[in-house]
Amino acid sequence: MEEKVKDIALDEQEEYTINMGPQHPSTHGVLRLVVSLKGEIVKNVQPHLGYIHRGIEKMCESITYPQIIHLTDRMDYLSAHINNEAVCLAVEKALDTEIPDRIKIIRTIMSELTRIQSHQLWWASFGMDLGGLTCFFYGLRDRERILDIFEETCGSRMIVSYNCPGGLMYDIHPNFQKRVKDFIKYFRKILPEYDQLLSGNVIFIERSRGIGKLSLEDAISYGVTGPSGRASGFSCDIRKHEPYSAYDKVRFNEVLFTEGDTYHRYLARIEEMRESMNIIEQLIDNIPEGPYAVKMKPIIRLPEGEYFQRVETARGELGVYIISDGNKNPYRIKFRSPNFVNLGALNLISKDFKIADLVAIGGSLDLVIPDIDR
Amino acid sequence: MDKIQLGEFVKSLEPEVEVKEGRQYTEVTVPASKFYALAKRLRESEESWFDYLFCLTGVDYGQDLGVVYHLASTKHKHAIVLKTRPSDREHPQIDSVSDIWRTADFHEREAFDLLGIRFTNHPDLRRLFLDSSWGYPLRKNYVDEINIVTK
Repeated sequence: MEEKVKDIALDEQEEYTINMGPQHPSTHGVLRLVVSLKGEIVKNVQPHLGYIHRGIEKMCESITYPQIIHLTDRMDYLSAHINNEAVCLAVEKALDTEIPDRIKIIRTIMSELTRIQSHQLWWASFGMDLGGLTCFFYGLRDRERILDIFEETCGSRMIVSYNCPGGLMYDIHPNFQKRVKDFIKYFRKILPEYDQLLSGNVIFIERSRGIGKLSLEDAISYGVTGPSGRASGFSCDIRKHEPYSAYDKVRFNEVLFTEGDTYHRYLARIEEMRESMNIIEQLIDNIPEGPYAVKMKPIIRLPEGEYFQRVETARGELGVYIISDGNKNPYRIKFRSPNFVNLGALNLISKDFKIADLVAIGGSLDLVIPDIDR
Repeated sequence: MDKIQLGEFVKSLEPEVEVKEGRQYTEVTVPASKFYALAKRLRESEESWFDYLFCLTGVDYGQDLGVVYHLASTKHKHAIVLKTRPSDREHPQIDSVSDIWRTADFHEREAFDLLGIRFTNHPDLRRLFLDSSWGYPLRKNYVDEINIVTK
């Protein structure tokens, strides 16, 4: 027994690796991070993916365009409506279909409601990750109101599948406008409570300010978009730069910060909820009369060629790239999903912070794992 | 720069390219051997300044595989599509651009995983979603008798 067994975990000079996930509560899904640690300082983070890889891109190659829409719900299930819209817009652009204003405006309102409910759930779980369980109940309570509006109009709560090529599946419910207005009135009163609970909380600020800094150059080089990119000053809002649906008709500000730390990624999302409410308020009373869908051919065949559509989901830029050979199903379809790209920056920004900060940084990127794996 | 000017600009950098004016973007096809040098020049040249790689797609064209790069400039607000096709279908090789745009790191690992395109000089080319016992599912000749039902 002369040889002494070296206890690596107690020796602070050695790096050691631990697995965080795939069932870790703070990864919100099946994400496995292999973390190299020196003491409790993070030296390297390697994500291991594929636990929920379903091969959506491969599946899409054998189904028709109206069917693809239902698969896109299952990518980023919190921005389901916006994912649907991306495919619909790409198909409509390829076929040069003129979309009436009524459809455009309803789509925009639904997209913004989706964005608010996604940010509410993010706020709820982010607060919980950092130890504030009250946030979880506040966030989910208010999100329920939007889900009720979805249920009434779309027939389902989360995986809405409300868009179809050429318009919408059904017309809006007669109560829709009233309920949305009620919600805006309610949420305008509630949102300052979110700020009181978390934004000004000393414990929260200490844990998030200056943590996980992402510079503007890195944000562009790593392609970090959405509120996470805009917190670093990367002006990447597709709603502003390449307006689709009714975004060219409304006035809103692109939320930009320059600090790029966890706290400002948090603030960017809170401000975005305010901007989303502004957009909805401008549109909700101006829904023109008309049909809710344009008549399309029963079998949709896209002309041979390549089509690219960019939209802004709650987490960043979603790109749909369709290569068509003239058939009723795409030859190749690629989804440039925002979470997949944002995850690429995790290793860079969490280096040399503590393992507890990794939870805060990962939460502030707002990752949805099915969107990463697809 | 607009679509036509961009095409001319790329031609002035690299005469061996094939420029096509697409519906949305200028589409440039580059030989695989010239690709890396052109990408680096497009990134660093002050007139083009393509600093944002917003999509990287591996495609199986049938006779050969290819990679499509969608580039945008945050300064000049223009965008371009670069395409390159390595000749060998079984062992395609392209220079990695992950040192020019860091986001390409993950994208290239995905293209390697699903299509088997090898990116030379990539810092960490491992499979991303699947383990090494799988073939390359996005290739058109991929066969899976159990899970893929053909009509």
